[in-house]
Amino acid sequence: MSFRQISQIAGSAMAAQTTRLNTIASNLANAQSAAGSEDGAYRARKPVFAALPANAGQTGEQLAGSRVQVLDVVESDEPLRRVYEPENPLANERGEVFYPNVNPVAEMTDMLSASRAFETNVEVLGRIKGMQNALLRLGEGA
Amino acid sequence: MSIDFSKAMGQHADALRLRAERTKVLASNIANENTPGYQARDVDFAATLRQLGQDGDGLLADTDAGELQYRVPFHAAQDGNTVELGVEQAAFAQNAQDFSTSLTFLNMKLKGLAKAINGQ
Repeated sequence: MSFRQISQIAGSAMAAQTTRLNTIASNLANAQSAAGSEDGAYRARKPVFAALPANAGQTGEQLAGSRVQVLDVVESDEPLRRVYEPENPLANERGEVFYPNVNPVAEMTDMLSASRAFETNVEVLGRIKGMQNALLRLGEGA
Repeated sequence: MSIDFSKAMGQHADALRLRAERTKVLASNIANENTPGYQARDVDFAATLRQLGQDGDGLLADTDAGELQYRVPFHAAQDGNTVELGVEQAAFAQNAQDFSTSLTFLNMKLKGLAKAINGQ
């Protein structure tokens, strides 16, 4: 039986969603972190997910189950928010500061999606546990 | 007359293994809900079970990979992902329930065998 693989699949998805929630928390926390230069400013981070075949390496077999892996965490290319704030101690010689390109609304919806996905996989693990326990009791009443 | 245990179980043992394999495929679909380009798959249960019955050896190892089919999504997503969580959750719940049904049938078969052995 392949219950171990199923647990690994659900576990990998939970780990991936945790990484996603991590980047969201970082983005939201730094949404108002100003910087004096474009290079120094915080940029929104996004994880990149990819499917990883559970039986990778075995020849002649299609992928029956796929785990999730976080390939990379990339920084967003969207333009930074340039604000004129001459009284800000971080302001450059033109009186401008750079705010991160974090979109709080998008981050909030992303957060909902991530936590829902996490919960779904917790449910999957719970069901697997129930199925496995039922299987262990096979023939007990006979 | 002797009792052949593998025959006595009927196709319920095969069905149980197939359900477990299908759980793995559906769990992958749910796990990859947010993976760009991931295509949801499912087992053609009837065809695979029929093939298992014909082969008679009850071995799933070489058949489970061949019977996977891609799911046709109701709405295509822009990132090429074809997982629809509601569909997958429904299939997963149904599959888990079918698993316990198969398990119940097996248990009943075992009970019957135990009765036969005890001569009741």
